[in-house]
Amino acid sequence: MLLIHCPYCDETLPELEFAYAGEAHVDRPADPSALSDEEWRDFLFIRANPKGPHFERWRHVHGCARFFNAVRDTVSDRFLMTYKAGEPRPDISKLEEAQ
Amino acid sequence: MTTQTHDFTVIEGGTAPVRVEDMAPVARFSLRLREAHRAAVGQALGFDLPQRVGDVARAKARAALCLGPDEWLIHAPEAEAEAIAAAGAGAYAEAPHSLVEISDREISYAITGPAARELLTIACPRDLDRLATGRAVRTVFDTAQVVLWRDGEDAFRLDVWRSFAPHVRALLDAGQAELSAGF
Repeated sequence: MLLIHCPYCDETLPELEFAYAGEAHVDRPADPSALSDEEWRDFLFIRANPKGPHFERWRHVHGCARFFNAVRDTVSDRFLMTYKAGEPRPDISKLEEAQ
Repeated sequence: MTTQTHDFTVIEGGTAPVRVEDMAPVARFSLRLREAHRAAVGQALGFDLPQRVGDVARAKARAALCLGPDEWLIHAPEAEAEAIAAAGAGAYAEAPHSLVEISDREISYAITGPAARELLTIACPRDLDRLATGRAVRTVFDTAQVVLWRDGEDAFRLDVWRSFAPHVRALLDAGQAELSAGF
């Protein structure tokens, strides 16, 4: 079982308390009607799907109920870090150096 | 997880390693508010509302548990329910908040005895050694969301939503029977 650090509870807790919530840092366009169909499709459906570090949202649904962001390596399933929702995207190269 | 009934001889009375008992009803409230209004609403309800998730503030027979950054669970004797609602309403103009009575939503089980921690591990994924006495957390028991209070080294309390209670109780009873039979 994965152990995930919740930045709001400040505890590392079992995966069963959490729910995955898709890729992080996907901003909704301010004026959707100005977009072409292709741009709107990209916003709705096209995701990065990287092999390696992935920025993603999680929710501590059976706990504090907050959404937060995490960087997880999709190859090893290792969580590089978690941070509160609304905080800027961390620099991946620094995270990898710290490993 | 399926529930099986067994033919074990259950040891009755004080020798049982763990006891599961229904608790008397209490008044329960869900409180949501912004940080700016925490002190004012807390004062109206008689608490210094804790900020750290899992901390419990107690004032006489009332207890306020911090469930999340903006969410608290309040337990109080049933007779104080109206007084709490009135205190919240009195503070509302200055400190807007949501105070909802949820007394009928949940029931509580007391789980006590030397094997209480072991019984909870049948379906609770948390490391219960790291839950200090006097604290409480919202977590999951099998698939049901519960609030787990640690009242003592060997004393826990489980708040369960009514509709999940038969499932949770069946798991607890099966586990208790196995522990009593010496497994």
